[in-house]
Amino acid sequence: MKARVHVTLKNGVLDPQGKAVHHALQGLGFAGVEDVRQGKFIELELDGTDVEKARNDVTEMCEKLLANTVIENYDIDIVA
Amino acid sequence: MKAAVIVFPGSNCDRDVQVALQNRMGTAPHMVWHRETTLPKTDLIVLPGGFSYGDYLRCGAMAANSPIMRAVIAAAQAGTPVLGICNGFQILIEAGLLPGALMRNRNLKFICKDVHLRVETTDSIFTNRFNNGEIIKIPVAHHDGNYFADDETVKRLKGEGQIVLRYCDNEGETTDVANINGSASNIAGIINEERRIFGLMPHPERVIEPLHRGTHGAMIFDSLMEALA
Repeated sequence: MKARVHVTLKNGVLDPQGKAVHHALQGLGFAGVEDVRQGKFIELELDGTDVEKARNDVTEMCEKLLANTVIENYDIDIVA
Repeated sequence: MKAAVIVFPGSNCDRDVQVALQNRMGTAPHMVWHRETTLPKTDLIVLPGGFSYGDYLRCGAMAANSPIMRAVIAAAQAGTPVLGICNGFQILIEAGLLPGALMRNRNLKFICKDVHLRVETTDSIFTNRFNNGEIIKIPVAHHDGNYFADDETVKRLKGEGQIVLRYCDNEGETTDVANINGSASNIAGIINEERRIFGLMPHPERVIEPLHRGTHGAMIFDSLMEALA
């Protein structure tokens, strides 16, 4: 079983890296991009088959380590 | 007066702060490796600057979960003073001992230079030797020092006098230009509610004798000496 975690900056938190990437894309001629927000993708390989338990465990991992909830949101996908 | 300096893999200011403590306090500090699970008897814990764990995940996030940090958190909660410098400040925040977050600098650059700071409070064991509003000069060297907290938290920090140092120009004005990294309210250093845990991005251990082109950093160690000796 895999858990896929997306960690993204909360709305309202400035993302200077996303801004720089946006600027670089414009420089390359990609005119249609309105905004860029940069985040992290973390993939976990889990033992066990209990999806609900996995979701609870990964939520705790996000709260304790994977995300800084002062500035970041997280989103968990469990892939059986 | 005996301090303990916590050494993480990737700490690189531990020796400088060791020398600063030795020079200003007359006693060599304990150097405590991060794998230890207990602290020696100590009057002050220092988390030094550097790049603990290569800044993996987020600056300070791995170190905040090091074995020794349980003992540090317990000691801090029991009232032992803690000084976190640069990466040490990041670790204090990741450990939940100070509020907020330290994000990538607004200009995305690693900033290494002397900066002016305004001393916002002398009501602390770390700053009692300064004058209120005094303008001091201490170097910074960081990539992630952009202090962020929600408006309510920043307001509370202001109201309770927990903002200790703010980036300013040479006349003491806390302008946006002087705000080198984009920090909320030009914050360079904060103290906890009990006024025992202090985190700051600048490096006081780098300006402790005239050869360093300044001695404002020594005043922080001297303040501690006066308060704790």
